[in-house]
Amino acid sequence: MKGIILLSGLIAFTGTVYAETAEQKGMAIAVEADKRDQGWGDQATVMKMILRNSQGAESTREIRGKTLEVDGDGDKSLTIFDTPRDVKGTAFLSFTHTLKPDEQWLYLPALKRVKRISSSNKSGPFMGSEFAYEDISSQEVAKYKYKFIKDDKYNGRDVFVLEQYPQYKKSGYTRQVAWIDKEMYQPLKIEFYDRKRSLLKTLTQHDYKKHLDKYWRPARLEMVNHQTGKSTTLLWKSYKFKNGFRERDFDRNSLKRAK
Amino acid sequence: MKNYLTIFNLVFFACTAPVLANEWSGNISLEMRQFGEQGLSASQKKQYGSVSIQPEWFHDWDNGRQRLTFVPFYRLDQYDDERTHADIRELSWLNVFDESELRIGLRKVFWGVSESQHLVDIINQSDLVEGLDGEEKLGQPMINYALINDWGTVDLFVLPYFRERTFAGVNGRLRSALPVDTTNPVYESDDKEKHIDYAARWSHILGDWDIGLSYFDGTSRDPSFITAVDSNGNTTLRPVYNLLQQIGLDLQATLGSWLWKIEVVNRKIKSDNNNAATLGFEYSFYGVFESSSDIGLVMEYLYDDRDKKATTPFEDDVMVGLRLTMNDENDTSMLVGVIADRDDNSRLYSIEASRRIGENYKLTLETRIFEGFTDSTNLLYSMRNDDFIQLELGYYF
Repeated sequence: MKGIILLSGLIAFTGTVYAETAEQKGMAIAVEADKRDQGWGDQATVMKMILRNSQGAESTREIRGKTLEVDGDGDKSLTIFDTPRDVKGTAFLSFTHTLKPDEQWLYLPALKRVKRISSSNKSGPFMGSEFAYEDISSQEVAKYKYKFIKDDKYNGRDVFVLEQYPQYKKSGYTRQVAWIDKEMYQPLKIEFYDRKRSLLKTLTQHDYKKHLDKYWRPARLEMVNHQTGKSTTLLWKSYKFKNGFRERDFDRNSLKRAK
Repeated sequence: MKNYLTIFNLVFFACTAPVLANEWSGNISLEMRQFGEQGLSASQKKQYGSVSIQPEWFHDWDNGRQRLTFVPFYRLDQYDDERTHADIRELSWLNVFDESELRIGLRKVFWGVSESQHLVDIINQSDLVEGLDGEEKLGQPMINYALINDWGTVDLFVLPYFRERTFAGVNGRLRSALPVDTTNPVYESDDKEKHIDYAARWSHILGDWDIGLSYFDGTSRDPSFITAVDSNGNTTLRPVYNLLQQIGLDLQATLGSWLWKIEVVNRKIKSDNNNAATLGFEYSFYGVFESSSDIGLVMEYLYDDRDKKATTPFEDDVMVGLRLTMNDENDTSMLVGVIADRDDNSRLYSIEASRRIGENYKLTLETRIFEGFTDSTNLLYSMRNDDFIQLELGYYF
């Protein structure tokens, strides 16, 4: 009993002296967001991507994805392209890592060829869209340094505003500003600043739904490039969890028979 | 009422289950080839039109563990009877087990890492009338069992039937001076095309390294030729398919923006033991000129120690290429390259460019230019007048 009183006194004491820095608070929010999104195991998704050029002309891509959560490292994912029809059957296998380079293989169905490709093009566009590879790659705490900016309201919801600074090599960004929903611990909006520190893109994430009673996933993403006037909408037609995927579903053999 | 429901359920499942993965896709392509000069033979034309179709059907069942695939192919050429041809690119059954995969039927398999030539890749015969680079292949009958281990994948192959290489006909371009008599091939094996070939390959990922080690014992896909007189009294070339044992190694190191590539083969044909290799790299510049385009620089050295006796024209050659990938919504890309022979100074230039038009069409441009082919022992000497430009419009469904 005495011990408990002593301990609580100690907490009260440190609480008064110890002021959390903006960096520590930013990090704590990122860690909490990561903690809340752990344990989903695997997921299968069906997506549609709508690309718009500066004149508003649209083209679409249909993609299916499988992802395996990897403890303590980036996730493994397999992406299969259904349309445009000339790239149908093309598949992309990715082992993402927090700080060391990702491992990526591309399967070209016409040649039946699996090509190991360089993962240095993190800032390159994914399928001609406004999403860069680094935007769609698995988000890990260690990929960024953080700074808490302020508490705010966004679209009527309570949010943390954070800045995050990429720590992996070859990022196209110097800084990202994220509006994190306080209830979901998921971003509602992210601004991306390029290597010249000017605003490049804004991403907004919409129509969040809770899956497995725990995991929040958006059904729609809107990415607008302010410098080119182009934009991309990413729509999730479905999320499916607990598929029982294994490592074996994410190797070069499974890449070769992805359909 | 209950019975009706049961019937309804049965019909419902019968209809929905196969619909999950039972689909057709494919393409129909129109092609126009324009040659710059008259051919060496009077029977050759300057302009060729052609149309090809390649539908693809597959059906998955057993939770995706079993699959049937069917890919027929047909090309109709305006003049070349040999280029007008049909093939079954794939007709195979796949069965996936926990730690292995079994495939039976006609299929295509690719091995290797290099861009300029494919030494290690030996399972399929080249459908040479489709393209000079030999990357189009004929469907190969096979039984393939893959064992998937922590220490790599072991693929075992039994190849019960041999496919002869296709060659341009008398009225076609891009051929040898004497036409190839494909109806009278010469085989070393008494079993001829029914000789059973065997192959095995181990492939693995070791960090930044992708490695493959392969062995092949069977009929060589790459023929030599003898001059002969056919039943009509015309002098022709008869392809000679010898028995071959080949050991192959392919290796790629992926280090940042660098891809380092090695392919080496050792071949035993009759009493001859020879080696060939492709060594090279690809370096990529990402987001050049503040755009989203990438430029890749490809350099490869092509070597064959048979020298002038080699069955390929690339015995001491250097390939240099630039690959432009625009990363735009139309997937615009271009590969400009040259393969230069270090001995006789001949150069084969090529341009391949493509972009999508709308959602379902793709336009492809291909050019080959033969420069400095003055040495009559060069295997491409007979194509010295065959500079061409080719446009292809494909409809993908």
